[in-house]
Amino acid sequence: MKKVESKLVSTNLLKSPTGIQGFDEITGGGLPMGRPTLVCGSAGCGKTLFGIEFLVRGATQFNEPGVFMSFEETNEEITKNVASLGFDLDYLVKHKKLALDHVHIERSEIEETGEYDLEGLFIRLGYAIDSIGAKRVVLDTIESLFAGLPNQLILRAELRRLFRWLKEKGVTAIITGERGEETLTRQGLEEYVSDCVILLDHRVTEQTSTRRLRVVKYRGSMHGTNEYPFLIDEDGFSVLPVTSLGLNHSVSNDRVSSGITSLDKMFEGKGYYRGSTILISGTAGVGKTSLAAHFSEAACKRGERVLYFCFEESPSQLMRNMLSIGIKLEPWVNKGLLQFQATRPTFYGLEMHLAKTHKLVNDFKPNIVILDPINTFVIGDKEVEVKTMLMRLVDFLKSNQITALFTNLTSGVNELEHTDVSISSLIDTWILLRDIELSGERNRGMYILKSRGMAHSNQIREFNLTNHGVELSNVYVGPSGVLTGSARIAQEAIENAEVLTRKQDIERKKREIERKRKAVEAQIESLQANFESDVSEAVKMINIERDTINQLEQDKIEMAESRKADIIKKKNRNPKK
Amino acid sequence: MKSKNDISDIKTKKEKQSKAAKDMWVLRLYVAGQSPKAITAFANLKKICEEQLKGKYSIEVIDLLKNPQLGADDQILALPTLVRKLPVPVRKIIGDLSNTERVLVGLDLLPMS
Repeated sequence: MKKVESKLVSTNLLKSPTGIQGFDEITGGGLPMGRPTLVCGSAGCGKTLFGIEFLVRGATQFNEPGVFMSFEETNEEITKNVASLGFDLDYLVKHKKLALDHVHIERSEIEETGEYDLEGLFIRLGYAIDSIGAKRVVLDTIESLFAGLPNQLILRAELRRLFRWLKEKGVTAIITGERGEETLTRQGLEEYVSDCVILLDHRVTEQTSTRRLRVVKYRGSMHGTNEYPFLIDEDGFSVLPVTSLGLNHSVSNDRVSSGITSLDKMFEGKGYYRGSTILISGTAGVGKTSLAAHFSEAACKRGERVLYFCFEESPSQLMRNMLSIGIKLEPWVNKGLLQFQATRPTFYGLEMHLAKTHKLVNDFKPNIVILDPINTFVIGDKEVEVKTMLMRLVDFLKSNQITALFTNLTSGVNELEHTDVSISSLIDTWILLRDIELSGERNRGMYILKSRGMAHSNQIREFNLTNHGVELSNVYVGPSGVLTGSARIAQEAIENAEVLTRKQDIERKKREIERKRKAVEAQIESLQANFESDVSEAVKMINIERDTINQLEQDKIEMAESRKADIIKKKNRNPKK
Repeated sequence: MKSKNDISDIKTKKEKQSKAAKDMWVLRLYVAGQSPKAITAFANLKKICEEQLKGKYSIEVIDLLKNPQLGADDQILALPTLVRKLPVPVRKIIGDLSNTERVLVGLDLLPMS
């Protein structure tokens, strides 16, 4: 039932898009079409500009001409004032997209005698509307009439008639009104304009000012009820719906390199997840910015866009410093892939920072956003506010699949795993840099405190800044504990020496064995030689003996032959001599 | 609608009357159609002028319903409005001019008692 009802409402209530960045989002489409809207706020909060932008955007983007009836500024003044925002009113007037009408009323020139009405205003407005076929009207600030015309009764009656008349005309109107003491407007205009009321506010807390906008009332429509910060800058008005959008952003399995091969190795060799939030925290001078710079350079090399917010250094200083460790950022700035935004955190309020970040991100469309460092936002006792602001920022960046890298300076040694702004729960990957003091020197150690969704290294690495960038080396872990720096080098030297002596021992032993083997072999050889000579001697003797025997046999045979005796081959004598 | 023309006719007659005088009074009455207020205002104005400025005034009646673009020139908001163009400074009197005393003060005319 309810759903059907709301559907009916949304089809019935047509909206007139303002074209003002963010405003149409929070009002679900813009201002109520064909109805008057009251825009109220104190002096200097941007009421006139809101009206002007509504008309200019209407004329240029939605082809809806508009009438601007000013009760305060002259046409020339307005044209000049908004020229700085890039609005060319003269051009629009010339092309019948806009009609300016300055209504001037001077109390001293006017004498009241009897009955009158404000038909003249109606006629002028009607004429202006009809002359260009206007769909939009801005009356800025109609309350000035109260100062000009003494008869309040007539005036109020006429205003009521005016708003009704505007509705009948079917124009979408903005009526601006000065903020009153206890009412929304000084003259209680909210009585007459009751369809939509927008409150603009300009607040100063802790010496920083923030502009905010709130939709107080919007009859027949859903609308965001929060106070939204808004900006007025060279592009005009932009409202930023910065409340958390919820946790339904899609995630990516893509990985992005950190720019340091050895660091990537700690993250399964692939680096961070795209669209994740990375926090690098550590004490002063441990190389947080260097890691961030590495990451930016690597991203630029891949052709991605990086938006770098530096809150403590100027871009040129940062680039110079990074040059000393061999990171060249300037070419990327020139190529337009890297954009620096250097502002002091105290320059605006938190909301404004957020708003500004939103705007820059929307304009620049980066793949990577770096905030260096985030803890400078904490001024005074605003931790909770900073946290909510960062939460919104993280949500915003995540929903846009932007990888965010924050650095955070931790002050105390005891609180290393505690961020000043306690945003650790928002962070996907947390790299902790810490200094390790050992034997009179201070070295940098690095480890991954957490990294959601990946098997990361649990080791402490020693972190060195060399002239060609950051290098990670394994720390010495041994019986004498974790050693870094020169202690590590010394320990490594000792170990190397030990290894060397062992190696030499082995070599020596090897050589000894070889020598022994050779000696044995030589012995064997000489024995063999002796044996062989013996054998040959023996063979020779045997042969001689055999020859002798043969000779004897032969002699015997010959002797027997000579005696004509029987030949008896018998060896009954020793052949030896 | 026809009666509107009557007023304009009168206007032209008055204009024709006298031009010579240096201290000529040029008055302009802005109205919106033939509303009762407009008619009362014109009647009152004519009466006052005849009494105080006989022969040295001209009245121009401008009907904003016919010529709405003329409203901006004299910064007309309320109707009817009487504008004293001459002598300078410009003065404006709004309302149906029923309060003669206020009209005289507004026009900077001292009553001739």
